[in-house]
Amino acid sequence: MTDLISTIVAKYNYWIYITLMMIGLYAMIAKNNLVKKIVGMNIFQTAIILFYVSIGVKKGATIPILEHGHGHDAQHVVHAMDYINPLPHVLMLTAIVVGVATLGVALALAIRIYNNYNTLEENEIMAQIRKK
Amino acid sequence: MEETSVPNIVTAVLADYRGFDTMFETTVIFSAGVVCFFLLRISRREEPEARYYRHVLTGVTIQLKEGYKIPPSAEFEQIDAVWTPPDLIIKTVCRILIPFIQLFALYVIAHGHHSPGGGFQGGVILGASVILFAISHDLRTAVRRISEKLIGIFCAVGVLIYAGTGALCLLLKLNFLDYSALAGLLHVDPVTARSHGILIVEIGVGIAVLATMIWIYNNVSSAGRYRQGL
Repeated sequence: MTDLISTIVAKYNYWIYITLMMIGLYAMIAKNNLVKKIVGMNIFQTAIILFYVSIGVKKGATIPILEHGHGHDAQHVVHAMDYINPLPHVLMLTAIVVGVATLGVALALAIRIYNNYNTLEENEIMAQIRKK
Repeated sequence: MEETSVPNIVTAVLADYRGFDTMFETTVIFSAGVVCFFLLRISRREEPEARYYRHVLTGVTIQLKEGYKIPPSAEFEQIDAVWTPPDLIIKTVCRILIPFIQLFALYVIAHGHHSPGGGFQGGVILGASVILFAISHDLRTAVRRISEKLIGIFCAVGVLIYAGTGALCLLLKLNFLDYSALAGLLHVDPVTARSHGILIVEIGVGIAVLATMIWIYNNVSSAGRYRQGL
């Protein structure tokens, strides 16, 4: 039992991300307003980005930029322990850009829907569609 | 480090080892900009009911009925039906700040090899400076400075620079996006050529991101009418 609690407490950052992710998922599924759904989607994305970045962290390591690394005579030993893992950063750079792109498209769609139906509430839109 | 001579590992992985991924990344934001444009842009050629002009010196606003126009001049500026005068303090502060923001953005793009930064980040800062201009003045002024056509061309040119660099490597008988092929063209050794290739690609990414950010903002903030307010 104490083992379980200590593992949970030791990995508390993951629990924070999972909570954030669930908040986002809840907003995407349960909220009625389309803009709130978009906000939920963004919270979800942010949680995933935080999760990936925290995977790459090492204790006592610095950002993945090699020191004294200029010119070709800089042939010294690079210790992988001194630098955090760059791969999650690269992947998340990509994810942030995709996040902005989807946000733009989602907002554009929301504006189109509002122009057509004069509302952003999902149930009212569905009612208008059924009436037709 | 021995392969690319780029100390920033994130930049090296992003633009070289995972070059394909980043290329399609740029394509994704390009298509997001295009989608926003096609979803929202209303290009009705019909005449507006009335045009509003403001005399710059005196601040007098005149309304002209349908069909009448004043040719563009320094004395009168065309304004929108919903128009709030931009605050003098905000306008001045932004006018002072924007050049420095843009200078910093160029530094971020150019220095992506040796410090945190690169095409995506620098492009976003550049785009933000233009959006700041559009917020502090008004959208019509911003669009007059950077026209819609120019934004569209910039967007495509950014992607083209990236894909073109890759294709150039292909023409020089190496793999797609293998920048060491550029060594002959740039008169440097293959390792430095890869470093330069990454820089060229980052500039392409920066241009594409800059244009897309402005494009999305222009379309979303005005619901495609390019006038003030939703």
